[in-house]
Amino acid sequence: MDRAVKPMLEVNGLRKVYEDASRTVEAIRDVSFSVGQGELVCIVGPSGAGKTTLLKCIAGLLAPTAGGVVVEGTPVAGPPPAMAVVFQEYGRSLFPWMTVHDNVALPLKQKKMPAERREELIRDALAAVDLKGVNGAYPWQLSGGMQQRVAIARAVAYEPHVLLMDEPFAAVDAQTRADLEDLIRVLWHRLRVTVLFVTHDIDESVYLGQRVLVMSHAPTVIMEDVAIDLPDDRTQLETRSMARFGQLRKHIYSQIQLAKQGWRPPSP
Amino acid sequence: MQAAPAPKVRARLTARTFIWLQGVGGLVGFALLLEIVPRSGIISPDYLPPFSTIMVALFKEMTTATFWTALSDTLEAWATGLVISVVAGVVIGIAIGSSHVLRALTHSTIEFLRPIPSVALIPLAVLLFGSQIQSTLVLVVYASFWQVLIQVLYGVQDVDPVARETARCYGLGAWAQIRYVTWPTTLPYLMTGIRLAAAVALILAITSEVAIDTQGLGKEITDTESGGAVAIMYAYVVAAGIIGVIVNLGARALERRVLAWHPSVRLDAAEAGA
Repeated sequence: MDRAVKPMLEVNGLRKVYEDASRTVEAIRDVSFSVGQGELVCIVGPSGAGKTTLLKCIAGLLAPTAGGVVVEGTPVAGPPPAMAVVFQEYGRSLFPWMTVHDNVALPLKQKKMPAERREELIRDALAAVDLKGVNGAYPWQLSGGMQQRVAIARAVAYEPHVLLMDEPFAAVDAQTRADLEDLIRVLWHRLRVTVLFVTHDIDESVYLGQRVLVMSHAPTVIMEDVAIDLPDDRTQLETRSMARFGQLRKHIYSQIQLAKQGWRPPSP
Repeated sequence: MQAAPAPKVRARLTARTFIWLQGVGGLVGFALLLEIVPRSGIISPDYLPPFSTIMVALFKEMTTATFWTALSDTLEAWATGLVISVVAGVVIGIAIGSSHVLRALTHSTIEFLRPIPSVALIPLAVLLFGSQIQSTLVLVVYASFWQVLIQVLYGVQDVDPVARETARCYGLGAWAQIRYVTWPTTLPYLMTGIRLAAAVALILAITSEVAIDTQGLGKEITDTESGGAVAIMYAYVVAAGIIGVIVNLGARALERRVLAWHPSVRLDAAEAGA
């Protein structure tokens, strides 16, 4: 794929096989794609498509069996310093023994920056996700949607070049979910950060992404790389009622149905 | 939205007061029983003086230097032994718990050593230290160390994989992970360990004083018994019991304070409010 912008994230021939004494499971067969600097790409696939495995390999949490991941030209061997991850399980990803402020501050403390700069980043990040006056609260005193906002603020304050999101809104209610989707679009525009967003929700992937990568059933390959040619200015009401939105949605839906039936693209 | 604490706290206080009143009621009943049984002659007052006599003896004894020296000796042995156990339990527990290999290597040894009763080590302690405080410490530490170690081992293994992965993603090194993830996860387990260890340590401190004649409340119990001062002997027994209750209350208060964020303490509030 030829792109004008230089790649921020490259996945090359990634394969992951889980092996233990009794059995071998091939989770990912062969996945290659690249995400340009400042792009917002969604990965969508049926459940059991190895989405989480793929994301863990990209995040440097899991070593691939073959192939590799390159972030900003550097091969990934452990969690890359320029990457932040937002997990689906915000309640477990935020530390319940720390206040909201300290949760956001902790990664910054590891970066050894001056305290003033750190406080400034925390303030800006919490403001960016529309959270005010919760600094001293504990995460479990907040609603689910607000907790996920804290997790997003933590990622934003970290000043990542790449933001990975693993089904971040799967556990919140529909209205909160719509708000958080818009928040992601706003943050992405403002921070010009590269975003890789994993979801099982087809509508969400079309609404958010510039491109949608459709994954097959495990052992995973990429079924299709769909360009989302919707206008950049998206709103829940208008974008979702566009004819083009419906077409893209339908197209990806049929691909997912094929994936569920076990259809795979012919090997190149 | 931040939870409004006021009504919950009030509800919890009322609930706690009620539980407290029930506890006091039980104690009063027990004291009455101890008063009636000797007075009615079911048990001779020579062997079991009435509760009021014991309490008078206790208050009288509390005006003597002997009582306070014995108390401070017991508490010193108890506190020293407990601190040694907790520090050793935490350090060794985190070290073993963080390594699969160490855990596998030590498991059977721990399971062999742990059930050996501390009292079985009395001859060894006497052989090594006679009736000095070190003898008491050997018994106290041996009994309470396992309580702490086992809990810390459980705690270290309970670290949430998502919390662990989050820490790794955000650049926390090995030491930072222990400090900010492993340690807080272990804390609730450690608090349970400390509470159990504190009680066991007190039992063993007094056992040692009774059996090896090291200085403290236990020695006073045997001394007064051989001197025929039965009421005073019971007074020391009651004193030992009261200290046990205070130690347990203290450990629980510490637990609530340190674990204000933990679901076990958080739920207390919610349940009392319901």
